[in-house]
Amino acid sequence: AYKRFRELLPKEERENACSARVPKSRILRLPELRANPFQHRICHVFSTSDDGDDSMSFEDFLDMLSVFSDSATLDIKSFYAFRIFDFDEDGILDRKDLEKLVNCLTGQGEESQLSNAEMEQLIQNILEESDIDKDGTISLSEFQLVASRSPDFIRYSGLQQ
Amino acid sequence: SKVVFFSRSVEGFKQNLVHNEDQFQTYCNKVFAGWDFCITDPNAARLKHRSLQYELQTDLEEERQRRKIAERTMKEKLRIYSLRIFINIIVIAVLSGCFYCIYRATVFSQENLNVSIRHDIRTDSATLLVQYLPSVVITLANFIAPQIFSFLITFEDYSPAFEIRLTLMRCVFVRLANIGVLLFSLWSQISGCATDKCKACGYNYKLYPCWESEVGREMYKLMIFDFIIILAVTLFVDFPRKFLVTHCSCKPIQWCGLREFGISDNVLEIVYGQTICWIGTFFSPLLPAIATIKYFIIFYIKKISLIHTCKPAARPIRTSSSNFFFLVVLLIGLVLAFIPLGISIAHIPSSKACGPFRSFNTSWAVVPYTVLEFPAGLQTVLHGIASEAFAVTFFMVICLIMFYFIALAGAHKRVVEHLREQLVMVRFDPFFCTPK
Repeated sequence: AYKRFRELLPKEERENACSARVPKSRILRLPELRANPFQHRICHVFSTSDDGDDSMSFEDFLDMLSVFSDSATLDIKSFYAFRIFDFDEDGILDRKDLEKLVNCLTGQGEESQLSNAEMEQLIQNILEESDIDKDGTISLSEFQLVASRSPDFIRYSGLQQ
Repeated sequence: SKVVFFSRSVEGFKQNLVHNEDQFQTYCNKVFAGWDFCITDPNAARLKHRSLQYELQTDLEEERQRRKIAERTMKEKLRIYSLRIFINIIVIAVLSGCFYCIYRATVFSQENLNVSIRHDIRTDSATLLVQYLPSVVITLANFIAPQIFSFLITFEDYSPAFEIRLTLMRCVFVRLANIGVLLFSLWSQISGCATDKCKACGYNYKLYPCWESEVGREMYKLMIFDFIIILAVTLFVDFPRKFLVTHCSCKPIQWCGLREFGISDNVLEIVYGQTICWIGTFFSPLLPAIATIKYFIIFYIKKISLIHTCKPAARPIRTSSSNFFFLVVLLIGLVLAFIPLGISIAHIPSSKACGPFRSFNTSWAVVPYTVLEFPAGLQTVLHGIASEAFAVTFFMVICLIMFYFIALAGAHKRVVEHLREQLVMVRFDPFFCTPK
């Protein structure tokens, strides 16, 4: 993992890779993140940068890889997945977050978005299935419950390493 | 091939049984866990985006359809059912029209062939046309009937999945029944007898001294014509269409667009060709070899045509349940192929002028004759197997096994239901969720 981190840095900074920060643009060139629709959110969540420029240090990089590895438990994965899906970072998944999530999934571009009516119906169904206290939003515990019962969650949220 | 069939069908059936009822938490599953994080190629990512979008849209549409059906009033139900009955009558009328055309075409072709062989008055191209007339009519029927059916089914107001299935069943029926009608009309020609001598023989020995070859020839013509049509359509319709769509921007052409790659249409074509091959194998033993070469070429042609000239279907098909369905259709084709074969082997007297069965009354008669030539031990074994005692016992054992499996399937289904109820209860169990 250290080698991969070093490769992301420009040549001059490779000597002290331990303390350097890799800018976001280079992180996004990683093959695993390149095609991922949540790439920006992933960088933002794992970055501990004070400037808000989403650059990642080696520790952040290690964090990211460990969460996405096969040996991470369901709790950790679902915790981080919740943070990634929470676009407005208010600690809950409300309708706007879900809408942005679905739009990320179906792809960029006008013709690949669901229509408003379909989006409404879909969000309604999701909330029906997962919102237990019926407040119209999904909290972390509700999300973890859903993830624990979803057969595809573990399978798909691992990176090949 | 039967063994391979059954094993694959069983797999698909199992999946169908479990999958069909899996409506628990499907949306959450698809949205939260839908993205495969291992995808690294942008093209694969694009495909995944599209497939996710289609899946979500189909699910939503099916749910809307279900709700609509549940909310129908009595008057509407009455209207819809009477409309469906009316449309089914139209469908039957269309089918009868097709069958009658095929019958007339075959009779006409056979009569004129015999005339021309004797009098040699027609030119070559006319003879060719007359010879291939049944094939032409069958292909036309196979082409027009599905269009009519897909047009009609829009009025019947079924759910999208059921619409596809029903149209498919009707098309399957048309294709397979066309072959059946062809064989029937051929047989009516072959056994059309005027004199007593001919009746004693069982078939018209003057016109058809070798009737098996005639049947084999018809199957061969069907197969070759099918092949030519597929080639011609791909070369002369798909490629020019692609050319026109990309280079010409006038409205009607753009509205037509590229051809959609319909999985079910292509599967039906293959099933149809395979049924012809099976029927014709007994009468013309080289037919499977020809069929192999034909499918080899068609595969590559279709592949090239798909990549360059087609656009993906607007309605996605669920591959898991469709796989099983297509296998069932193929099985139906196999069974239907055996019926005329069985009748011709066992019932119809074989031709006396040619063929390996000419010394026997029917083709089946060769089997008892050969069995009698086996060593005595083997003969008693075979006699034992064919005797009633064994057959009845065997039948009863098979029934018992079948009942056992049905009971097992029922029990499994009950367990699945039970577990599902438990899951729903767990969802709202106070131990499992932290209050907000």
